[in-house]
Amino acid sequence: MYAFDIERPASVAEAVAALKNDEAQALGGGQTLIPTLKQRLASPEKLVSLTGVAEMKGMSSAGGVLTVGGGATHDEVAADGSYKALSELASNIGDPAVRSRGTIGGSLANNDPSACYPAAALASGATIVTNAREIAADDYFVDLFETALDEGEIITAVKFPIPEKANYQKFLQPASRFALVGVFVAKSADGVRVAVTGASNEGVHRWSAAEEALTKDFSASALDGLSVSADNLISDLHGSAEYRAHLVTVMTKRAVTAAS
Amino acid sequence: MPKDGGIGASTVRREDVRFLTGTGQYCDDMNMFGQTAAVFARSTAANGVIKSIDTTAAAAMPGVLAIFTGEDFVDVGGNPAGWLINSRDGEPMKEPKRPVLAHGKVRHVGDAYAAVIAETVEQAKDAVEAIEADIEELPAVVNMKDALSSTNYVHDEIGTNQCFDWGWIEDNRAATDAAIKGAHHVTTLELVNNRLVPNAMEPRCSMAQYNRANDEYVLHTTSQNPHLTRLLISAFVLGIPENKLTVIAPDVGGGFGSKIYHYGEEALVLAAAKKIGRPVKWTADRTEAFLTDAHGRDHVTTIELALDKEGNFLAFRTETMANVGAYLSNFSTATPTFLHGTLMAGNYTVPNVYVNVKAVFTNTAPVDAYRGAGRPEATFSLERVIDKAAREIGMDPIELRRKNFVKPDQYPFASAAGLEYDSGNYDALMDQMIKVSDMAGFEARRKASEKKGLLRGIGLNAYIEACGIAPSNLVGVLGSRVGLYDAATVRVNATGNLSVMVGAHSHGQGHETAFPQVVAEMLGIDPQSIDIVHGDTSKIPFGMGTYGSRSLAVCGSAVVRATEKIITKAKKIAAHMLEASDSDIELNDGVFSVAGTDKSVTFGEVALKAYIPHEFPIEDIEPGLEETAFYDPANFTYPSGAYCCEVEVDPDTGKVTVERMTAVDDFGNIINPMIVTGQVHGGLGQGIGQALLESTTYDEDGQLLSASYMDYVMPRADDLPFYTVDHSQATACTHNPLGVKGCGEAGAIGSPPTVVNAVIDALQSGGKNVTHIDMPMTPHRVWSAMQNA
Repeated sequence: MYAFDIERPASVAEAVAALKNDEAQALGGGQTLIPTLKQRLASPEKLVSLTGVAEMKGMSSAGGVLTVGGGATHDEVAADGSYKALSELASNIGDPAVRSRGTIGGSLANNDPSACYPAAALASGATIVTNAREIAADDYFVDLFETALDEGEIITAVKFPIPEKANYQKFLQPASRFALVGVFVAKSADGVRVAVTGASNEGVHRWSAAEEALTKDFSASALDGLSVSADNLISDLHGSAEYRAHLVTVMTKRAVTAAS
Repeated sequence: MPKDGGIGASTVRREDVRFLTGTGQYCDDMNMFGQTAAVFARSTAANGVIKSIDTTAAAAMPGVLAIFTGEDFVDVGGNPAGWLINSRDGEPMKEPKRPVLAHGKVRHVGDAYAAVIAETVEQAKDAVEAIEADIEELPAVVNMKDALSSTNYVHDEIGTNQCFDWGWIEDNRAATDAAIKGAHHVTTLELVNNRLVPNAMEPRCSMAQYNRANDEYVLHTTSQNPHLTRLLISAFVLGIPENKLTVIAPDVGGGFGSKIYHYGEEALVLAAAKKIGRPVKWTADRTEAFLTDAHGRDHVTTIELALDKEGNFLAFRTETMANVGAYLSNFSTATPTFLHGTLMAGNYTVPNVYVNVKAVFTNTAPVDAYRGAGRPEATFSLERVIDKAAREIGMDPIELRRKNFVKPDQYPFASAAGLEYDSGNYDALMDQMIKVSDMAGFEARRKASEKKGLLRGIGLNAYIEACGIAPSNLVGVLGSRVGLYDAATVRVNATGNLSVMVGAHSHGQGHETAFPQVVAEMLGIDPQSIDIVHGDTSKIPFGMGTYGSRSLAVCGSAVVRATEKIITKAKKIAAHMLEASDSDIELNDGVFSVAGTDKSVTFGEVALKAYIPHEFPIEDIEPGLEETAFYDPANFTYPSGAYCCEVEVDPDTGKVTVERMTAVDDFGNIINPMIVTGQVHGGLGQGIGQALLESTTYDEDGQLLSASYMDYVMPRADDLPFYTVDHSQATACTHNPLGVKGCGEAGAIGSPPTVVNAVIDALQSGGKNVTHIDMPMTPHRVWSAMQNA
């Protein structure tokens, strides 16, 4: 690990100010950044820890919307329970150490193509709230490790409309236990949204053909005959693009069955 | 005494108190006054010519004390291979030099070409980044088949990538070929025995001190055999006289074979400590462990089994390519040959066996013995091809094996692969396995799985292995350059407690508990009054260390012999004290008495007399009570077993879940059943890991893709079932004084084919004509096999 300075702002305003420095980097729970630093793969001059920012903590549920503070840990989301599918997802991220330190804001800002939260945010039609604006999930996820966030912009909260039915199914990459393929299905009055993580070279994305079929008939059998093209899916040590394409259909069916 | 703490007691491991309370002392826990840090510059290319290394800028960095490159070690020796293997044509194997630091060429990713010594680890890392190395990258040789036909050589000076082409037994080749040619049925199987990274919990660590006053060195290092490490450094590499070098392996956090070997880092810290006059410590990080610890397995094999009409085995013929990586690690030439080929008759009376092994250099990390070392490869090939044959000829896999088992009245049995099995009862093991695995209930469990939409399969196999390596005379004939005896010194202290210095090293095996049980049983005293001393060449006799499940069978036998000498001498002292003849002295429960009288002295009184020899027959008996024995076994030991596994396969995803795992082993006599059970559990975890999870993958450029726990799949608790372990069908080893066979590797040897056999059974029961899947049977591989069936 290279040497760095660390700041611990107490408010969003202080954090934003601290991040104005070009060489500064935000530090959430550190579950991605700290291992990267330990391997000397990053060398920020300054880390701005967000864990002391009180206004980014906590969760509240009102009017069918769950608002999760950007600094909420996976454990806190898991324990909340007002959006059951989201809490279940959070309870299966990483291991106990990751869940006690990692935050929803950190996960969404990093946008790892195999992370779980992006699927939940996209399928739920969530709104990413930052210090500067509100961004619809459909506009937020740009590419692998790339989001609509500007330099120095901080996720302060995420608003999840709580769907009628929802479920997340994750097929584990056996070593990292990230999603080899993860599918989040959410059914609301506006229809069904299906978001897929882990599978694509372009990161989290929606599966529109499945959404159409499920909006008409929310049952696993509605997906019979649908398949996903392997084009542009990830192929690696743990699974080919074809295998991932197959798993997308399997996991989607399982999510629908579990949600029903 | 001992009432409960002797042989056969499941005594709780005394060493666990310190391991579980964080008070163990591992190498990296120790710090010396004035200590400095070593960090290595390692190649990122798998193959390359070192054009130049400019250390000027690095040397000027803060805290830097010294920098070494391969140039500094051109005049010292190479790290040698411990076994000389001759090819079929009589030519000795190719032995390219393995230098302390790469010189001229780098040959695998992670090959160290320079080292920085600095005040702190961070300063040394900074300086390593400032070294300007001009390394011209060359195409890498990764695949063994390509390597054998390539003119791109890992070692240019030997002009081939083939280390040797070994035939076992060459004189049996023609008969084996003829038996296969004339057979009623021949089953052929091509398979890969997947390369494994050892993944000891504690990464390697070496710390050297040099004392200018008396020209002495001390090396603390993560070793399974400190005397062997010292011998290699002294006799082959640095030439430091053995009497000037102490090697200490303190608490060591697992080895699985990877810490048998001497590595260049040990030589580097010794040389550096002398040069700068301060202690030098190097601790591997996990990436270095992945890249540079000697890996295991990595065979590509074709095996044929010839049968007659009744299912009698006529011949096994095996062709194997064994990867040795970029350099020959110390036992790398023995592992695929004498620890593999000699086991290729398995538990069977098969008359013809022939094995051909081509060892191949590649631009990958060295490969050497890893838990099981050659025997897992042999067992996997045999028990997979037998299962395939059973399906092909339509015979029950148990009946096919039974038909060909060596029977209890055939011992000693000379196997067609050249070993003499001393004892065993394979039918009894199979019977017990059938019983304790509840094989009768399998069909009901299969139906229950089907109801959940899952395919259930059952797999089984037998195994035999050779442990307790080994008779020096025999291994000498087979090419070993060392002897494989072991040694123990039993020191009875004046106050009646004991220190037992042993050549074996305990890095998880529980010697500190089990060895005192043996001595306590023999002397009839409290095991708590006996301590084991191990791991320090300045304290222990010259023993060969721990590997090959040899500690109890070989070193334990030395402990018995030394304790027998203690008893003989103590009886003489007691006889003098009791004014009787030695031949009338009996030892019972720690008391020496004159047969048929009430005259007696305690063990403690005799000990005190030995060290305070007043009124002592000094002309007949020396003072003191300390004896040493070296024990060289008469044969290998031959543990055997019958294993059974039940799996569920998810047909939608290919995911395999091990539902039941039964291991019935014959380890001969057992000293501590709890420790033995623990050893089996550990081995099964590694065996299931190999079968389902662990894959060491290099890409075509020689980059290790599975170089961290983000991609290398270690078995975790939820990957493993509760095990059924049974040791009731033991037959004692006939040639060592304890009748023990060794238990450390069996689980890893017996289980991989069991798991694969079970998965094949599951897929076949689901109507999929899949006859083999290479390990690890990842969900992707199983799913792909189903798509293609």
